[in-house]
Formats: sequence, C-alpha cells, structure tokens
Amino acid sequence: MNPLSTTDYLAVLPETLVVLTAVLVIVLDSAKRGRWATWVLPAWSCLGLTASAVAAIAVWGKGGTVFSGTVFADGFSSLFKVLFAVIGILTVMFSPYYLRFKSMRLGEYYALLLTAVFGMIVMVSAANLLVFFLGLETMSISLYVLAALQRADVKSAEAGMKYLILGSFSSAFFLYGVALMYATVGSVDYEAIGAFLAAGYQPNLMLVAGVALLLVGFAFKVAAVPFHFWSPDVYDGSPATVTAFMTTGPKAAAFVALIRVFGVALQPASSLWTDALTWLAILTMTVGNVVALRQSSVKRMLAYSSIAHAGYLLVGIVAGRTAFAAIGYYLIAYALMNLGAFAVIILINRKENAGYGFDEFRGIGLEHPLLGVTMVVFLLSLTGVPPTAGFFGKLYVFSAAIGSGHVGLAIVALLNSAVGAYYYLRIITLMYMNKPDGDVSFTEPASYRYALVISCVLVLLIGIFPEQLLRLVTLSAP
Amino acid sequence: MIISLLIAIPFLTSLVILAVPRTNAAAIRWIALFGSIAAFAASLVMYAQFTPGEAGYQMVERTPWVASLGIDWHVGVDGISLFLVMLTTLLTMLCVISSWSSIKDRIKEYHFLFLLMEAALIGVFCAMDLFVFYVMWEVQLVPMFLLIGIWGGERRIYATIKFFLFTMAGSVLMLAGILYIYFNTTDPATGHHTFNLLLATEQAKFPMEVQTWLFLAFALAFAIKVPLFPLHTWLPDAHTEAPTAGSVMLAGVLLKLGTYGFLRFCLPMFPGAATKFVPLISVLAVIGILYGALMAMIQKDIKRLVAYSSVAHLGFVMLGTFALNMEGLSGSLLQQVNHGISTGALFLLVGVIYDRRHTRLQADYGGIAKVMPVYAVLFLIVALSSIGLPGLNGFVGEFLILLGAFAAHPMYAVFATAGIIFAAVYLLWMYQRVFFGQVTHEINLGLKDVTLREGLVIGTLVALTILIGVYPDPLLSRMQPSLNLLLSHFQGAGITQTLLP
Repeated sequence: MNPLSTTDYLAVLPETLVVLTAVLVIVLDSAKRGRWATWVLPAWSCLGLTASAVAAIAVWGKGGTVFSGTVFADGFSSLFKVLFAVIGILTVMFSPYYLRFKSMRLGEYYALLLTAVFGMIVMVSAANLLVFFLGLETMSISLYVLAALQRADVKSAEAGMKYLILGSFSSAFFLYGVALMYATVGSVDYEAIGAFLAAGYQPNLMLVAGVALLLVGFAFKVAAVPFHFWSPDVYDGSPATVTAFMTTGPKAAAFVALIRVFGVALQPASSLWTDALTWLAILTMTVGNVVALRQSSVKRMLAYSSIAHAGYLLVGIVAGRTAFAAIGYYLIAYALMNLGAFAVIILINRKENAGYGFDEFRGIGLEHPLLGVTMVVFLLSLTGVPPTAGFFGKLYVFSAAIGSGHVGLAIVALLNSAVGAYYYLRIITLMYMNKPDGDVSFTEPASYRYALVISCVLVLLIGIFPEQLLRLVTLSAP
Repeated sequence: MIISLLIAIPFLTSLVILAVPRTNAAAIRWIALFGSIAAFAASLVMYAQFTPGEAGYQMVERTPWVASLGIDWHVGVDGISLFLVMLTTLLTMLCVISSWSSIKDRIKEYHFLFLLMEAALIGVFCAMDLFVFYVMWEVQLVPMFLLIGIWGGERRIYATIKFFLFTMAGSVLMLAGILYIYFNTTDPATGHHTFNLLLATEQAKFPMEVQTWLFLAFALAFAIKVPLFPLHTWLPDAHTEAPTAGSVMLAGVLLKLGTYGFLRFCLPMFPGAATKFVPLISVLAVIGILYGALMAMIQKDIKRLVAYSSVAHLGFVMLGTFALNMEGLSGSLLQQVNHGISTGALFLLVGVIYDRRHTRLQADYGGIAKVMPVYAVLFLIVALSSIGLPGLNGFVGEFLILLGAFAAHPMYAVFATAGIIFAAVYLLWMYQRVFFGQVTHEINLGLKDVTLREGLVIGTLVALTILIGVYPDPLLSRMQPSLNLLLSHFQGAGITQTLLP
C-alpha cells in the first residue's frame, strides 16, 4: 500500500469541509440550543457547502484515483460534488421558514443534512464497493433520522421507521452482493471487477447471484419498481424539505454509483443484467406515472413522479456508455426542477393542519405571480416541454437509447412522458384556471424568492443553452 | 436576418409586455398591437424579398445552437411556408385588435401568451432544423393551452386538457421519429449526426418497413393536429370553449401545422410509405368531409357549427394533399390559407354577436339582418366563401383539390363533392335562421351593428377572400415551384400521377 500524499488529501477536501461544517453545526447548536437554528446554523451550513463546492471546482478532475485506488478523483465526482452542494444550499434556503412553521427549531436538522451530503459525496467518488457502502450508510442513516424528525406527526414517525427497516433490508441485499462479488473476483475494487469480467468469465451461480443482489440493492435505493414500496410513504411522511432533498440528492448519488458499478465495472457482463434492467425501467416508468395519476396529494404525486423519473434514468443505464453524460445532465436538471417544485409546495402548505391537497393550489398563480410563473416552468420542465432543462434531459437520454438500438424502450419512455403531462398540467390548471379556495394571501420569505428565482433561471438557462453543461458532463462522464 | 427578425419581434414584444405593470392595461394593449403590426410588416418585407420562381428555401439563416449535437438555428422560407407565415402574422394582428374590448381581465398575461404563440408558430413554419421544429411545435402548445384554460368558456378546463393531451400524445412519437432520423443523417461537412432538415430529406432513403413506421410516427402527430377523422374529437371542445381570438388562431393557424407537417415531412421524407397510405388517408379525409358537414348541420351553437365545418374543410385539404399531384397539392396549400381567412373571419363574426348577447345559439337569434345590415353582408360573403362560391377564395382551392382528386382517384372525389353540397346546406340554413325573417327576440332589436374596429378587422379578411378568389395567381405562382420540388421526390420513387405537366 502506498503512503498517502498531499494529492490524496486534496482530492477529498470537499468531503472534509462538509464534515467539518457538520461538526461545527453540532457544536454551535449545543452552545446556544435552539436559538441559533433560525438563521446562524443555516447560514453557516450554506457557507460550508459553498466552500465545499469551491474546493470541488478547485481540484476539478485531477484524474485517476486516490487512496490506493479506492476513491475516484475524476471530473464526474467533482461535478456531482458541486451538484450536491447546490442541492444542499437550496434545501437549507427552504428550511428555516418551514422548520419554524412546523415548530421544529432543531439545529441537528442541518447537521444531519450535511452528513447526508457527505455520504452522497462518498458514494459518487467511491471506486470500491465497500467505500460506496460506507457512503451509502452514512447518507441513509442521516436520512432515516431526518424522515422521522417531525416526531409528533404519526406519518413522519412511520416514514422514518419504514425507511429504516426497508433501507436496512436493501443494505443487507447489497452487502450480500458485495460478498459474493468478492468471492468471485477476489476484490471489491470496480476496476478489478471490470478487469476480471473483461478477461472472460463463466456465468457461474455465485457471479450471477452477486450481480442480481447488487441490482436489487440499487433498485431499492433508486426506488425502482417493484422495489419502490417504501418510497411513496417515506416521501409523503417526511418533512417536505427533507422529501425535496431525498428525491434529488440521494437519487442522483445512487445513479452515479449505478453508472460506475453497472455501466462501467459490470459492463463486460452486461448480458447478465441488461434484460432485467430493461424491465425494471419499463415497470418503473409505467407504474410511477400511472399511480401518480391517481394521487390526491401533490406531495404524493411528486413522489410517484420521482419514481417515474428514475425509470427514465434507468433507460439511460440500459443504453450504456453513450448515455452516461445524458444521465448526468438529467440528474442536474431534475434536481433543479424538482427542488423548485417542492419549494412551491412547501409554501402552499402554509395553513395549520393543511395537507398537500390539490385544492390548495386553486388560484395561486393569479395571486402570487412569482410562485405561479416559476411553478409553471418547473412543471413544464418535469413534463419535458421545451425549451426547459427537463426537455433536454429527456431528449438526451432517449436519443442515446435510440442511438444504441433500444428504440422500443425509448418509445415506451416517450409515451410515458405523455402520460406524465396529465398530472403536471393538473396543477397548472388549478393554479391559473380556478378561483382561489378561501384566503390565499401569504408572503413568501425572501430566501425562498431567491431560491425559486435561481432554480427557475437555471432550469431555463440550461434548457435554452444546454451546450456548456452538456460539454462539461460529456467531458467528465466515465 | 428577416426570418429571425420575424420570430424575434413577437417574442421580444411578449417580454416587454411582461415588464409592464399589470395595472397599465392601455399600454399593454398598445404594445401588443405595435408588436403584432411590426411582425406583420416584417412578413410583408419577407413577401417582397421572396423570389417567385424559386423552389428551394429562401432567406436562409444558419447559426450553430447546440453544436455538439448537430443542432443549428436554421430557418428559411419557401413556397410552402411563405403564405402560412403571412397568415399567422395577419391573423395575430387582427386578433389583437379584436381582443381590444372583448378581453377585460388579465390583459397582461393574455397578450404575453398571444405574442409568444405567434413567435412559436412562425418558428414552426420556418424551421429548417428538425430540433428547432420540434421545440417550436411544443412551445406553441403551451400558450394555446393557457389561452383556452384561462379565458375560455365554462367547460374550458376539460377542453384545454383534452387539447393538450391529444397533441402531446401525438408529438412524443414524432420525437422518437425525429431522433431516429437524426441517427441516420450525417452532415458531410462535419461527419457528425445532424438535425438539418435538408440533409435529412436528402438522405432519407429508408427501407419500406422503416419508412412505414416513421411515417406513422409523424403522421399521428400531424393527423391529430389537422384533425383527421377519427382523431378530431378534441377540436369541437377546444373551439367552443376558447375565447374568440383563440378560436381564430386555432382554426386559422394551429390546424395548419398538421397539414403543413404532412407536406414538409411525411411526403418528401417517406414517399414510399406516403403512397402506401393514400387509400387510408383519403378515405379518412372523405369521412371527415361528410361527417364534419353532417355534424355541422345539427349544431345549435353557431361556433360549434363553424368548428365542425373546419373538420370538413380540413378533410378537403388532406384529400388534396394525398392526391399527390400538382393540382391537388396546390389546391390543398391554397385551401389552407383560404380556410385560415374564411374560418378566422367566421369565428370573429360569431364573436361579434357573442360579445353583445353572450349566447351563440342559433335559436336566440333570427331576423337580425334587419338590425345589423353591415354585419349580415359581411357574414354572407364569408359564408359563401366557405361554401366555395366561384369568385371567392374557397372556390379556387376546392376546385383544384377536386381536380387533383379526380385525376388520382375519382371515387374519393365523387364523395367529396357531396361535402360541398352539405356545406351549402348547413351554412345557408344557419344563415337563414339567424338573419332572415322577422326579429324573433325583442332583445335583438337593440343589437348594435359592427363597430368600426370590428368592421376593419373582418373587412380586411373579406377583402382578401375576394382578392384571392378573383386573382389567386400571386399565391399559386409562389407555391408551385416548391410543390414541384416536393413532387420530384415521388417521381424519384417511381410514382407519377400528375395530370398536367
């Protein structure tokens, strides 16, 4: 084993900064229990995340691996480190108002958010199944707690419990898969697995079972049908800011790992898993969309829609290497538009004991122009209407699928996005074509307005001028 | 520059409108009017610059947009799109004027959406890049969706969602087709795949089976938009619920996107498959003609009657297109413009009495020719042009279409001719019930005749009806070279059905 050098430490500077910020949040929180939670801690968290993003840009894609080949220091990991910082910052910007509203002045909220971001960063830079597992668990445990944070709310407690139990199951599946891979290959490094498989292999039971278990583990984590059962309840029950975070960051982290493990390391054995993944994709898109049609709560609808989006992304994994950049682009676009949509939902849910029913949206667009316009952009982007980021993401993923010969799969995906149009449009019609249901006057907190405008402008900007981001993702994709 | 300018003017105007405070309604109206007049003026410049004898695209512009994917901002205009662009700018301008008094709330959003839609519509007609085409195609959908949904009638939400979903469902498969073509088109200059329409048309030499699938993927999107029977069910709902100006644009321009799509994509790219589908589409077109006319006959609501008459008229257009000869094609293209003018005028006319009485039922009127003589005359001319009276524009188009259809497949033409008779029946019956006889309702005695503004708007369209009816040559002479080029794809594919040289 080589002694560690400065390069090793520099490469993990972004992670380190996030962890340090988290630790300081805990320290500061215990110093002035609760009182600082309204603004000092969020401000500090944003600062830490910004520093982490800056560090990630500074050490952008130094190339290769560090820590004896267990951690990637490539452009792809840098790109997602920045994305996770952005997701973290936006989530933090939405949080203080919501936490105050729900009487949750909890400093540990921010610490947990930061550790989850740390876990996600480890997941995307892992070059080894066990390092990935460490990241996965760090992230998951933080999320289990975050999901259950609204202790007084039965649904939140249930969400945390369900998430914990099913999440542990999936971790166990995954770990079993890792063990079997180790037994077959003799290593858990992605590179070693890839080299072993590329050298020619006999599909013995141990290998097949290992691949299958890894696939199941991943399918759980990205909430692919039929391993999605935990997600609607967890998404629905968790505090809304946490749901916004969960449907974007962790999903992106899992997909990047999916690319690295299945798309690259297990690529030589693709005949073992392509069919299974194709069916997963088809089921995930279709079930997600069809069930989303029948939801009575917007939050739950977005939960199912996020399942559908995972399906579109799986299409990209099936399409193979040419789609990796597309998946990267899609994940970034999805993070921005979904966070934006959730931000609006959080604001709409302003009344005591109010749910997330569709009726809450009546007439909102006319009374709150900023909210209305940004929401229309987010929803059109989720639908995949040009010239938004969401359209380009879909176009890019589906065209990669057609280019790699999976025309049928692409058509299923396209038809599915037409189904999705219905439930997204429903919100637009409610916002603009119905009279408000009672009093809809409320003021949007300033941090919200900034966050909404930032994500809206970005969604339009990378939709109209996708070239720069596209090039960046293409260059950094594995 | 002129084409980009033509798209930029309404787009920038819509942005300016966004910046004006919502309380300042007058400023918003004036800006919208100014913007739409400027766009119309630009389209006149385009017309002046257009060289009649040329078949290919003119005033072409091309700048890289997403270079890594072979997407260019690539626009131009040829004989097929020239008059459709002019129709768009003309109708938008007239609609802005006619909305002056009929739109009273949310004026800012209304005009913003209207001009945004104009920009996108011009974009669809001028796109020479498949990607640009698709983007514009989808973008024009959103403003219309909101226009119907916000300013529409009572069942507007049902109608607008139906409209959006029908169109969206059609266009996703077209996207799959576009992507497939993309992967089979290579730019010789760069060696990469490209969305360039010219190269795509040139290189589209697909085997018959692939052609069939691609044709169907495109044709579904276009047939829904046309709308071809039995995909027409969204249309009466959308038309009935839309505000007057929305109906005008919907019938005048949006339906043409479908027929234009057939001319621009389905025929030149997949000539083999197009020929194969001639019987199916012609039969559906004839059914549309007869069914639309019969449905129009039994409508109590005048606007619904006009909506169903559109189904019939568009059936003629499709029949002419799929005659696949010069007469049919030029008739169908001319008829697209004619339909935009006549039906646009009809919707505006219906809007006039609706603004006054807030009802569109034939039974609520009767004998109003006595109280509104100018209105009655305008209505009569437009109705007669819609029926296809010689000397008015509808006749020229329908005559050419039937001529082409006879040359290609006499049977279809025989049935289609019956449609003309039906059109006379439902329009004249309606006219008689609404205008002739004694005034049946007291309240109608107080109806005000058309105002100067209404007269100006409708009068412009009536003048065009007569002008084209008497002297269609400026249109036909500009259309035909491009249509000839289109037909050459069929001659290349071994299909010749041309009656005249």
